Amino acid sequence: MSGSQIAFLIISALTVYSALMVVTGRNLVRSALWLVMTLFMVAAVFTTLDAGFMAVVQIVVYIGAIAILILFAVMLTRKVMNDTEPQTNDNWWMAVIVSVVIFVGMVFMVSGVSLPARPASDVSNQIVDLGNAFVSPNQFILPFEVASVLLIAALIGGIAIAMPREEEG
Amino acid sequence: MNTTLLIWLIPVPPLISFLLIVLFANRTKALSHSIALTSVIMSWIMSWIVVFSAFAKGYYYGENPFHSYIHWLPTGTTYLDMGVAVDNLNSILLFFVPLCIVAIFLYSIGYSNFGKPVHDHDLPGTPPHHGVDPLYSRFFAFLSLFAGAMLTLTVADNLLLLFVGWEVMGLCSYLLIGFWYGREYDDPKATPPRIAAIKAFLTTRVADVMMLLGIAYLYSQAGTLNFHDIFFNEELMYDLTHNPSMIAGFTVANLIGLLLFIGTVGKSAQFPLHVWLPDAMEGPTPVSAMIHAAAMVSAGIYMIIRMFPIISAGGSHGPNPTMEIITFIGAFTALFGATIAIAQYDVKRVLAYSTISQLGFMVAALGMGAYVAATFHLMTHAFFKALLFMGSGSIIHGVEHGMHDVHEHIDPQDMRNMGGLKSRMPITYWTFLIGGLALSGFPFVTAGFWSKDEILGDAWAHHHYIVFTVLCIAAFLTAYYTMRQISLTFYGEPRTKSAEHAHENNWTMTLPLVVLSFFAIFAGFIGVHGEFPVLGQLFGNNPFEHWLVGALPKDMQPKPFTFTWFPVIMSIAVALGGLLVGYLVYGRNPLKSADQVDPVKKLLGPLWTMLENKYYVDEFYYAAFVKPAHWIGETLTFKIIDRGIIDGIIHFVASFFWKAGVGSAAVEQVAVDAPPDRMADGVRWTGDAMKYIQTGRIQNYLMYTVIAIALIGVLFGFLVAG
Amino acid sequence: MIPLEWYLILSSVLFCVGLYGVLARRNAIAIMMCLELMMTSITINLVAFWRYGNVANLSGQVFAVIVFAVAAAEATVGLALAISIYRNRDTVVANDLNLLKW
Repeated sequence: MSGSQIAFLIISALTVYSALMVVTGRNLVRSALWLVMTLFMVAAVFTTLDAGFMAVVQIVVYIGAIAILILFAVMLTRKVMNDTEPQTNDNWWMAVIVSVVIFVGMVFMVSGVSLPARPASDVSNQIVDLGNAFVSPNQFILPFEVASVLLIAALIGGIAIAMPREEEG
Repeated sequence: MNTTLLIWLIPVPPLISFLLIVLFANRTKALSHSIALTSVIMSWIMSWIVVFSAFAKGYYYGENPFHSYIHWLPTGTTYLDMGVAVDNLNSILLFFVPLCIVAIFLYSIGYSNFGKPVHDHDLPGTPPHHGVDPLYSRFFAFLSLFAGAMLTLTVADNLLLLFVGWEVMGLCSYLLIGFWYGREYDDPKATPPRIAAIKAFLTTRVADVMMLLGIAYLYSQAGTLNFHDIFFNEELMYDLTHNPSMIAGFTVANLIGLLLFIGTVGKSAQFPLHVWLPDAMEGPTPVSAMIHAAAMVSAGIYMIIRMFPIISAGGSHGPNPTMEIITFIGAFTALFGATIAIAQYDVKRVLAYSTISQLGFMVAALGMGAYVAATFHLMTHAFFKALLFMGSGSIIHGVEHGMHDVHEHIDPQDMRNMGGLKSRMPITYWTFLIGGLALSGFPFVTAGFWSKDEILGDAWAHHHYIVFTVLCIAAFLTAYYTMRQISLTFYGEPRTKSAEHAHENNWTMTLPLVVLSFFAIFAGFIGVHGEFPVLGQLFGNNPFEHWLVGALPKDMQPKPFTFTWFPVIMSIAVALGGLLVGYLVYGRNPLKSADQVDPVKKLLGPLWTMLENKYYVDEFYYAAFVKPAHWIGETLTFKIIDRGIIDGIIHFVASFFWKAGVGSAAVEQVAVDAPPDRMADGVRWTGDAMKYIQTGRIQNYLMYTVIAIALIGVLFGFLVAG
Repeated sequence: MIPLEWYLILSSVLFCVGLYGVLARRNAIAIMMCLELMMTSITINLVAFWRYGNVANLSGQVFAVIVFAVAAAEATVGLALAISIYRNRDTVVANDLNLLKW
């Protein structure tokens, strides 16, 4: 077992542990902080895949934006949920069974999937290539633009939905 | 601005005025008459610009008139064109029609008591006695539409557009005759305006249908309705005048001419369709002037004069059944109308029958081929008859004011209730006298003399001796009843208090009278026969004739008849004779009281009664047409055919199908409805049972989804991977 | 070198943990967090297949970036909805939101 494999196992273990803390924690603020931890660990996973750019984007977008957003939402709504109540609904056992079944199915599917690893030298210069790919008409400019439109729409939609209505207030 | 565009614009202002008054101005009386009067003055000015431009173009411009048209309606490979044209003939109408219309509009302002406040006792739809007419604005709206229609008809370059104007005028005359729709009479024999309007409309309708047939026949034969295209197309005219029609003895042109002439019989009130015109007197007097002078009856004569090349069919004086019919009807009507007029008491009715008679003169003249004389008389008659009608309106108005002053209830139109108005209404008297003398044909100084002389001279010169005699008698009677009317109205002493208190009307009513009397005198001089001693040369050798014949193709233009003294002497003799007899009977010994029996009544005996009752034509029509129509409508078609036969069949069929329907409904409930009903019940039951799945909670739905995905995954695993 | 299978199994674990959370948590914002977990597990998959497939073809990374964008959009709208619901109904418990019940 090589060093990188050991590192991966440690990272994986931390990822899964923090993910479990996210779904089981009673205190939502803590859950959110555990979510940050999980996402940070996933960024580490990306570095083991030689995808440094993805790791940085993961940190910037997920942790920097989404997780903070969630924290704000938690704090804005926290007074309705006190920490002593159970945080799961009546069907939690059903959810456990379904999740386990899905998990077994997926493991069954992915077991045996194997591709030869490519040397790390092949993936040099990927940020430049990625940048070119996004703006090249032959490659991904259209999805890129669509994604930007989607973000704008979500931005406006978010404002429109969350804005207090004068006549109701 | 070019002249053809101006022609298009001539009928427009009154039509716009109609819309403006109806839509916007109807609450303001002053604004309404201002709009209407302005619009007709605009039309008048434009007409005269066009007319004098036409005069400036010289005598023979009938082949190249002012003409402008658009493609209006595509009919297969060709177009129905709509256009306007002014040539030698309708330039004459454009000369006098707008002038008369302006005079009538101005007169209407005074006639409707403008300036006095609305009085509570004057109900809408009745003649106003105290204040301004409550429906004043409406009156001017109708008059404007009427004027617009008349001008449309005048400038039309084709028979179809002419017919459009013709029919709109028919509508307007209906509306205007029935303008005082609320008026009722105690005398059951008297015709209230409501009925008179319907009578006028239906009578002219009979004629218009025939005219439309004529138009359709002409279109089918000629392929066009444009006057100019037909008359100046020699080949087409040859075909029309030589091909026989479906009626033996008539060529195509003859039959078309006859059908169109029937239109004129209705519109210009010739025997036997004259009955509507005397009753049309129920309308306000400006309307009578409009209908009898400027517009509607002129339109009828204008139409046959316009279609003269078709009617005369090749030769003006050759044997031609249509022309003979026209001559006969015209001469008969001239005499017929004149005889009735001598026994009437209503001041307007006398004029109505006089109009019928004078129109008969024109029709007879045209039937004899006296194209120029007919047109000439049309013009002079328009002037002096408009003058007379407005004069009579002025008289009535004056007497009504007298009535109002002394609180007396008499018929203000009955001449027996008048007398002695000469000193009380001087302007009305002098202008009425001028009009009356023109109508009688007072020699040399009145327009009526020259035009009537022209007709008589033409009849004599072309050897229509019978017609000549008849027309002479009619002219004699005309002079006689005119003098009778003047005497009864103006001379002697007032026979009622109302007449005693009558007084002159304001300037809006008298100014038109003065203007028209000018034309009633001087309009005649443009048509003096060229060979008439001294005067013929003095007045330019009959410029009217030289101008008018230019409207016809060269080979159809009638030659001036040879001048002879006999018809002139006869004309002078009958005019002076008639006036003299009239004066001797009525003027020298005026009636003493309103109840005094007419001096001629004893002389004529039963004939007088017959004349007074207008030869019982109305009664005959009532028995011959109206009652059978009622019987057919009420008894035959309604009670027997509709109620008995048709309803019976329908009821039988209906009851059969009703019973069949009831039976099949029972079958349907058992055999057809049951299975779907049970299916529907099943669906409802299932829905009731299954609805509990819909918890409304998103996590439940998500759970179902994930379970389903898991099951599908398992199935997929077994089928594919396993 | 780490086998591809390991990444896939890690991804599966994260996915199923997220799935459990989505199905079981009461708080709507917690559900959102679990959705983010599921999303991020997918990006792991995408990047791993890129790394072990044709490296020159950047589709995997591009797809991952698009998933980021979708996640961001979803978080924005979802949280806005949560706040809006909270403001109107004073709750963020998913099971209380049953207006569409039969």
